[in-house]
Amino acid sequence: MEDLVSINNLNIEARTRAGTLKVVNDLSFTIKKSETLCVVGESGCGKSVTALSLMSLLPEGILKVSSGDILFDNTNLAQLSEAELEGIRGNEISMIFQEPMTSLNPLFTVGEQVSEVIRRHKNLNKEKAWVSAVELLDAVKIPNPDKRAFDYPFQLSGGQRQRVMIAIALACQPKILIADEPTTALDVTIQAEILALINRLKEETGTAVMFITHDMAVVAQMADRVVVMHPGKKVEEGTVHEIFNNPQHEYTKSLLAAVPKLGEMASKKYPEPMRLVGEKKPKALKPIIGTNEPLLKVNNLVTRYPVKGGVLRRTVARVHAVEDVSFTIMKGKTLSLVGESGCGKSTVGRSLIRLVEPTSGDVNLDGQNILSLNPKDMRKARSNIQMVFQDPFSSLNPQRPLFDQVAEPLRNYGTVKREVLQEKIGDLFDRVKLPRSFMQRYPHQLSGGQRQRIAIARALALNPKLIIADEAVSALDVSVQAQVLNLMMELQVDLGLSFLFISHDMAVVERVSHDVGVMYLGRLVEIGPRPSIFRNPQHPYTQDLLKAVPIADPDKRKSERDLNFKPLPSPIHDLTHNPAPSEYKEVAKNHFVLTTDCGY
Amino acid sequence: MLLVLLVVVVLNFLMLHLAPGDIADTIAQTMGGADEQDMAELRKQYGLDQPFFIQLFNYVVRVALLDFGHSHFYNLPVFDLIMERFPATLLLVFSAQILSLFVGILLGVYAAQNPNGLSSLFVNMFSLFGYAAPVFWTGILLLIAFSLHIPIFPVSGMRDITIESSNFFVHFFDVLRHLFLPMITLASIFFAYYSRLCRASMLEVLGADFVRTAKAKGLSKKDVLLKHALKNSLSPVITFAGLSFSAVVSGAILVETVYSWPGLGTLAFNSIISRDTPVLLGILIFSTLMVTVGNLLTDLTLKALDPRIKI
Repeated sequence: MEDLVSINNLNIEARTRAGTLKVVNDLSFTIKKSETLCVVGESGCGKSVTALSLMSLLPEGILKVSSGDILFDNTNLAQLSEAELEGIRGNEISMIFQEPMTSLNPLFTVGEQVSEVIRRHKNLNKEKAWVSAVELLDAVKIPNPDKRAFDYPFQLSGGQRQRVMIAIALACQPKILIADEPTTALDVTIQAEILALINRLKEETGTAVMFITHDMAVVAQMADRVVVMHPGKKVEEGTVHEIFNNPQHEYTKSLLAAVPKLGEMASKKYPEPMRLVGEKKPKALKPIIGTNEPLLKVNNLVTRYPVKGGVLRRTVARVHAVEDVSFTIMKGKTLSLVGESGCGKSTVGRSLIRLVEPTSGDVNLDGQNILSLNPKDMRKARSNIQMVFQDPFSSLNPQRPLFDQVAEPLRNYGTVKREVLQEKIGDLFDRVKLPRSFMQRYPHQLSGGQRQRIAIARALALNPKLIIADEAVSALDVSVQAQVLNLMMELQVDLGLSFLFISHDMAVVERVSHDVGVMYLGRLVEIGPRPSIFRNPQHPYTQDLLKAVPIADPDKRKSERDLNFKPLPSPIHDLTHNPAPSEYKEVAKNHFVLTTDCGY
Repeated sequence: MLLVLLVVVVLNFLMLHLAPGDIADTIAQTMGGADEQDMAELRKQYGLDQPFFIQLFNYVVRVALLDFGHSHFYNLPVFDLIMERFPATLLLVFSAQILSLFVGILLGVYAAQNPNGLSSLFVNMFSLFGYAAPVFWTGILLLIAFSLHIPIFPVSGMRDITIESSNFFVHFFDVLRHLFLPMITLASIFFAYYSRLCRASMLEVLGADFVRTAKAKGLSKKDVLLKHALKNSLSPVITFAGLSFSAVVSGAILVETVYSWPGLGTLAFNSIISRDTPVLLGILIFSTLMVTVGNLLTDLTLKALDPRIKI
C-alpha cells in the first residue's frame, strides 16, 4: 500500500541551558494509508516530539528539527509556508492529546469548538457548520448532541471531552489522525470505550492513525504495526503480531515481560512485587503474609457534601459521596479500593482521617473510635494514619528543602529531639532509597518517582500504622510506578504496615493487594479476598470493570459492541433523599456482594 | 453593595461627629462670632442637641433622600453642586479606564508574542515609566508640551465658551478635544499595570493545552492569539481594573486639579481649602457609589467572559 507519511532520518534537538540535547535520533518510519501505527516507549523517548514535528508544531526556540525530512502525501512539510501548513493542520493531519480536561478552550461551547474547525477548512456558513458539528458529536456518541453542543467543557466529563476532541480531529476527514496518549488520563472503562470508538471511526472513514502510548496492552488493542522507541531511537518495528509473538530487541522483550496480565495472580495467595522493565529476574521478597488481626474497622460510613445555593447560601441538595460503606483492614495487609473516578473511593480515604467530616458511621483504629475524638486527640490519632497523594508535583511545597518537608511531621508532633532529627531523616531517606545528599534539594530538582518517594518518607516519619495511598502511583510512568510500588511492598514486609490502596488500575491492584473492594456511586458493591474477587466476580459492575481492562494480546480486541457501560448517574440528590442501607450476601469465604440497589 | 454604601455613610457621619467643631461653629465663624444662646439655637435648628443615634439615623435618612446638606462656601445644596460636577468626572474616569485597558491589553498581547524580544523589552520599559512617573508630573509635562510647544489640544477646562454654535456635534467635539490631555494623563498610570498583567497572563495561557489544540486545528496565528488565548487571559486584567477603579477615581482628583477640569476633583480640592465639610463628605459618598458601581460592572464583565462564574 502507498505510504502516507514517511519520516526519513529525522533528528530533533532540544536547546537547554546545558547545551543542545538530541531528543530524536536518526528516526525513520512510514505510515501507510488507512493503517494504525502505534509508537510505543516510555516518557522522554521522543514519541510525542515526533508527533508534534509531523504537525510542524514543535515549540519554537526550544525544539528544532536539525536534519532529516518528513514527507506527507509526497510533500516535504519543511518546504511549506506557514499558511500552507495551517491549511493542512486540522484538515489533513489532525491530533488529539493526552489531557482532555485542559485541551478544550474553557470559554467556548463545544459546538463552537467543533464547528470552528469545519468553518476554517470547509468553507461552510455558520448554520451548516453547526449542523455538521452536531452530527459529529452524535458520531462520537455524545448523548443529546443537539443540546450538549451548547455546553461548555466544564459541564462535560473527562471521557466526553475526549470524545469532543475526537470529533474536532475527525471533522474534516483527515488523512491521518495523531493520537498522543489519548486515554492515559482516563478511567479504564472510558479508555476501553474511547479505544473502541477510534477503531470504529478509523474503519468508517479510512483515516490512518498514528497512536502514541506507553501501554503495551493498548498497543495490542489498536495497532496494525508497531514502532518501539527507546531514548530517541527506533529499536524495533514490525506488525503487531511480530512484536507480540516474536520480539527481537531486548528492550521490546523486557517491555512485554513487564506488562501485568490480569488473572496471572489468581493462584497466588500473597501480593508480589511488580516486574521491572529490563530486569532479568524479579527481586525476591519475603511473602507479604500480614496478620488476621484487624487494624481499622469501618462500619456504615456515610459521607455527604452539602450543595449550597440561593442568595442565603443554604444547603439545597447533597452529594452522596459515600453511602453505607463497611470494611476491615488487617494489620500488615493491603486493602485496595477500585472504581471509576467519582465513585467515592477518595472520599472514603479522606473521611478516615476526617479531612472531610463523615455524616455518620464508625471508624475504629486499633480500638480507638476516630469519629468521636475531640480536635486535640484527633491530631494525635492522625499520626497513626498518613496519606500519600496522587500528584507528586503539587503535593510538595516547591519553596522548602526536602529535609524540612520530611521533618515537618516530626517537628509538628515534637516526637523527636532536635539532636537526633538529622539522623532520623537520614534513615528515612535510606528507607525510600534516596541518597542522603538529596536532603538539601528542592522538589523541582527531582523526578516524579523521586518526589513520590519523598511523599512516602514524609508519611513514614511518624511510624504510622496505616498509610492511605490515594492514586499514589497513577501519575507516574509505568516503570517508575513499578519501582514505587515495590518500595511500598518492601516497607510493608519490613515494618508491618497496612495500606489502603486507592486506585483505578486493575492490573496494579491485582499485584499489590490482599483484599479488594469495588466501589460504584458511593456504595461498596463487592469486597473480599483478592483471588476470590478476580477469579469469581459476582456483581455485574465488577464483571464489567474487569472486562474493560485492555488485554495485551492483539487477538483479543474489543469492539464497541462488547462494551456497554452506562454513564455514571449523578450522586446529587435533594435533601429528602434517604437511600436504603447496603445489604450483602456472602458468596465465598469473606467475599461479599451487594444485593441491594446501587444504581448500576 | 448597599451594605458598603451604608457603612461609608455611617463612617462619614462619625468623621463629621468626631471632627472638632460642628456646623454651628462653622456658621458662627462665617458670621463673625455668636453668643452662647445663638449657638444653642443654631444647634437645635440643625438637630445637634439630639442623642447620637438619633442624629446618625437622621443623617442616614437624609443621605438616602439625596440630601447631603448645604455648602456654606458656595451657598448651594451639596447635591446640586455635586450633580453639576459629577458628569465631568464620570466622563474622565470612564474614558481613561477604557483607554488604559485598551492600550494596556494591546501592548500586553504584543509583548507576549515574543517574551524575550525587543518589542517586549520596549513595552516593559514603557510601562515601567508609566507607573514610576507621578501622575501630576506627567500631567504638568504634557501641559507644558501642549500649551507651549504643540498647541493643538486645550490644556484647561472642559468647554470653549467662545463657541457660539448650537450644533450638538460642535460641542461634542469641543469636549472631546478638552478631554484628550486629562484622559491621557490619567490613563498613563494604569495602562502600565494592565499591559504588564496582560503580558504575564497571556504568556501563561499561550502555554496552555487548548492553545496547542487551537494551533492543531489549523487556525491562523491571529485567531489563536486574539480569539482563544486573549479571552482566557483577560480575567486577571479585568479583575485588577475593577480593583484599581478607586485608584483611578482618586487619580482623577489630581488630574482634574492640574487641568482645571470642572469635576469632583477640583470641587474636592476647593472644599478642602475652604474647609467645606458637607461637600467633602458628599463627594466621598459619590466616589463610593462610583467605585461600587465600577466593581459591579467588573463582576458582570467577568461573568459574561467566563461561563463558569456564578454570581
